[in-house]
Amino acid sequence: MGQTIVEKILSRHAGKDVEASDLAIVNVDAAMATDASAPFAIKAFREMGGKKPWNPERMVFVIDHGAPAPNERIANLHKIIREFTTETGSTLFDAGSGICHQIMIDEEQAHPGELIIGADSHSVTYGAIGAFSTGVGATDLAAVMLTGKTWLKVPPTIRVELNGRPNPGVQSKDIILAVVEKLGMDGATYKALEYSGSALEYLSLGGRMTIANMAVEMGGKAGVIETTGLELPYDFEHIHPDSDANYIAEYSIDISALRPKVSTPHSPANVSDIDEVLGTKIDLVFLGTCTNGRLEDLHTAASILKKKKLAPGVRMIVTPASRKVMNAAMADGTMNILSDAGAMFIPPGCGPCVGTHLGVPADSETILSTANRNFPGRMGNPKAQVFLSSPATVAASALKGEITDPTEVMEEIIS
Amino acid sequence: MKGKVHVYDVDNIDTDRIIPGKYTKTLDMSVLAEHCLEDLDESFNSKVTKGDILVAGENFGCGSSREQAPVAIKVAGIYAVIAKSFARIFYRNAINVGLPILEIADHSISPGIELDIDLQSGIVKDLASEKVYQSAKMPKVMIDILEAGGLVSYLSKYGDYKL
Ligand code: SF4
Repeated sequence: MGQTIVEKILSRHAGKDVEASDLAIVNVDAAMATDASAPFAIKAFREMGGKKPWNPERMVFVIDHGAPAPNERIANLHKIIREFTTETGSTLFDAGSGICHQIMIDEEQAHPGELIIGADSHSVTYGAIGAFSTGVGATDLAAVMLTGKTWLKVPPTIRVELNGRPNPGVQSKDIILAVVEKLGMDGATYKALEYSGSALEYLSLGGRMTIANMAVEMGGKAGVIETTGLELPYDFEHIHPDSDANYIAEYSIDISALRPKVSTPHSPANVSDIDEVLGTKIDLVFLGTCTNGRLEDLHTAASILKKKKLAPGVRMIVTPASRKVMNAAMADGTMNILSDAGAMFIPPGCGPCVGTHLGVPADSETILSTANRNFPGRMGNPKAQVFLSSPATVAASALKGEITDPTEVMEEIIS
Repeated sequence: MKGKVHVYDVDNIDTDRIIPGKYTKTLDMSVLAEHCLEDLDESFNSKVTKGDILVAGENFGCGSSREQAPVAIKVAGIYAVIAKSFARIFYRNAINVGLPILEIADHSISPGIELDIDLQSGIVKDLASEKVYQSAKMPKVMIDILEAGGLVSYLSKYGDYKL
């Protein structure tokens, strides 16, 4: 019987052939925890009798969710992580380094074909480079630290074929919102997604990360993108599915027919074509997060906002996904362009995404954000209305002060 | 185990509503209990007495991987959660922290009644209507973890996973 990409990766890590629905104990190549999960995980690890993680170099801690610390409570949690990493020789990316998922790929802690467990639900992002990666809670992560293994049920795979070339104004965020629209909030629960198709050739590494990132918004255990056309700074083995692999469902999406998409409050699965929400007044735009805080996203925004100003009354927060992204945006003038337009920059990290600090909206304000979630209270205030869209839509809307179709300005920029 | 139910017939109750992200960055469990489900029902915490049962709709616990979500529910005094379906990470986290959860796809449990839950068999009895439900079966490894009282005690006892 043929295997899907996920079945191939899991078989290698289980040391035997496994197929959908099998329970397996698998070896873990790398694990990751953030300041939102690591303090719990370290506590559980110690209670389990753990001294040193199974492989300290590949036990990665990232301080990103509340970085830099907004109060003494969070500062003390950060201290627990710093002390633990010093004591055990584990790998630490301290406050200011960036968002965990960006770092795992940029700093080469995740590689194609590997199995990675992260104590953060968006750990599915490394599917962008053809790894099997999934999110767990802190105690599961502690168990990985202790044993170098975890148990899991091999998920059945949903195949999603993305075909055609996107129109100007349609970005990878619109593509994944189209998938979320089709499958719904629990359309991939207990399942893995496998993306393939002719549209992959138009997808950069960053674009692939945006798509893989939102697998969990459909309940998915993983979202793996075929590595066809993927370029990394090192050589790697491509893993392709067998032609007779078994899929639980198959979808095909014609990318060339897509319009820009927006998720309306209060669920990422409330997806509409932009036409239905055009003209919605906005107070704040947020460009950042593990979904869309990369250099190419900042470039898109800068190309739209160059020599222009934000609409009166609109605030804009930009959070580069990592220090690397920030440095590159500084060096090539992108930060200047955005700052001149009126945007404020906050340090690399999760920023206002999870409502802890640095940009909490007021009651009844409307926010257009490039993040992946808009649940009630997500940005720290359940009385705010959060819409989700691509970086191009965010920038075009910031200019007008209302939700705006970026197609026209993107066409101008491209020509 | 008998308990009074709190029914929220709502689908997709996400982890941000179970415990907002702004309260999760703490090791003080009482903070979690205090704010548990407050964006869904402001008075939730004050309504619960120890041993009560939480009942919800589809895809309960979707969203983030925060283990603070099942911990908050447990520390708030809830003995078990029944839902039509659960999000994957929440399901695992709940078992790992020793919060029993039962998936009953098609239930009509009404507010205020008492249920009798037998975790071993997964049988849930509605003490008002005498209606009996059978919850979905869990993999053996999960039953073992739950019986050990959570993953910490399980691994302290066995040192490794046993399938
Ligand atoms: S940027 Fe937002 S979604 Fe991504 S890891 Fe941080 S808090 Fe989570």
